[in-house]
Amino acid sequence: MKQLIALNKGLWLALAYLLAVTGSAFAAGEEEAAWNGGLRQKFFGDRAIEEGNQIIELTAPYRAEDPALVPIQINSKIPQTKDRYIKTVTLIIDNNPVPFSANFHFTPESGKADLAMRVRVNAYTHIRAIAETNDGKLHMNKVFVKASGGCSAPIGTDLEAAMARMGKMKFKLDNEKAALQQPNLAQLLISHPNITGLQMDQLTRMIKPAHFVEELKVSFNDKPVLTAQTDIAISADPNFRFYFVPETAGELKAEIRDNKGNQFSATQTVTP
Amino acid sequence: MKVPVIALILSLTALNAPAQTDIPKLSLQQVAPGIYVHQGVHELPDSHNRGEIANIGFIVGQRCVAVIDTGGSPEQGHALRSAIESITTTPICYVINTHVHPDHIYGNIAFKQPGVSFIGHHKLAEAMAMRAPFYQEKAERDLGFSLKIENFVPPDHSVRDTLVLELGARTLLLRAHKTSHTDNDLSIYDAQTKTLWLADLLFMGHLPVVDGSLNGWLATIEQLKTIDAKLAIPGHGPVSADWPGALEPEERYLKTLQSEIRAFIKDDKTMEDAMENVDLSVRDDWQLFDEFHKRNISTAFAELEWEDD
Repeated sequence: MKQLIALNKGLWLALAYLLAVTGSAFAAGEEEAAWNGGLRQKFFGDRAIEEGNQIIELTAPYRAEDPALVPIQINSKIPQTKDRYIKTVTLIIDNNPVPFSANFHFTPESGKADLAMRVRVNAYTHIRAIAETNDGKLHMNKVFVKASGGCSAPIGTDLEAAMARMGKMKFKLDNEKAALQQPNLAQLLISHPNITGLQMDQLTRMIKPAHFVEELKVSFNDKPVLTAQTDIAISADPNFRFYFVPETAGELKAEIRDNKGNQFSATQTVTP
Repeated sequence: MKVPVIALILSLTALNAPAQTDIPKLSLQQVAPGIYVHQGVHELPDSHNRGEIANIGFIVGQRCVAVIDTGGSPEQGHALRSAIESITTTPICYVINTHVHPDHIYGNIAFKQPGVSFIGHHKLAEAMAMRAPFYQEKAERDLGFSLKIENFVPPDHSVRDTLVLELGARTLLLRAHKTSHTDNDLSIYDAQTKTLWLADLLFMGHLPVVDGSLNGWLATIEQLKTIDAKLAIPGHGPVSADWPGALEPEERYLKTLQSEIRAFIKDDKTMEDAMENVDLSVRDDWQLFDEFHKRNISTAFAELEWEDD
């Protein structure tokens, strides 16, 4: 009896697997439609893009709990050295109203081209991270995420508080004492409502104009660590995790500019 | 966990709508003299239940009826209206929307007519306006019906602090709360029966959902406790005569979320970490835990990482 059940279970699993496999094969064309239908060409022209997770790996939840706040991680598989390093990571969310989500520039001094952040996802979509290594080659890793309405979702319920706090920034370092000559994990918290401009007010026929962080520069002792162009897919109160390599004690500095020209900066003393 | 809930049913008569074939029947309980509640179900809104999941109802005075929340679909609004008309000839003067969520306001259109005043929190109109496009898309996709912008009937009178409504030999006190479950929560107190209609400021059985502010909600709970009430009507779950005991499970859950997430933030742990690990021990105490717990964590985490600034 027990065996029979086990067998049955196996059969069902096999069936389910078959369904899942064929199901995703049917859907694959549709899932790639936006990418093949213009996004790829727009951002990378005819350049070859190698797909896989040998250079970078993207992690995102399959089903988003809150589409306006989807935590994602990008992990690099190669260390940043003078000879070989990841120069740029481009983040694209295919089916968002603005697919271009961000572009991150690294240097050998970044230590590790790892990133974590929270994004808005507006529809069932692929999220893609495309890394360009210093040899000019492109490497892509993608994840499919089920979410909807992240960009048109209501602005965080306390917009008043968010506006009052706008521009505040703080760093959090993984360890109180920095490890010299090694990649150290840092977190940058930026208070900004990052309004998408898609939260339409239909009753008054007005659209809340987009208001979001457009540029981010992080430096250590004035040497660039991370530079980014960001768009409306980045969640309200942007939060970035990244690495930097302190050679000595010094100062970590973040500067941001939003699309209305507001500029803010913050610093953090780093001691070994 | 022991949940001290006494479902108070003074009269359990299913009061049916008049014999109109196109209007579905709505079950109602008279939980206190002149106070009628339809108890919803603990389900996610979908095309099967058509979003009709929340507690809705009305309070009857000598001169006026006040409707409190209108339901999750226009049909449920019509069903509520026809149920009211079958119970009393007293006219409907007020529709009170306790907050912006679809399961509480999508029946509004059924009551829209001259002589009926819509009442809500002073931030309700803005919340409706900001959420309407998103909610319309969601209704189409998940609930299986489409909504026009007219379905979101914004309040004619907004409550900034408190408002007294005279229903005729019956006085309701409406309180606008600071950001709690949402940023537009309103509670209703009937002085005559000491009934406190809390709507989604109180969840019973259904996991509380934070769509406003965790800290704000806990502060509101402290204030609510001081109200001299005999009967509490939640937005989801059974009516309770245990006051302020009815607040306990919700308060315990929210406080645990708060203290555990604060500890995660203090230890420089991430939102992802918190979403996987915070307070899973109470999973069996709540319905729809898997559907809302992680979302609550992410909302609360994003709030608490800025709470000292």
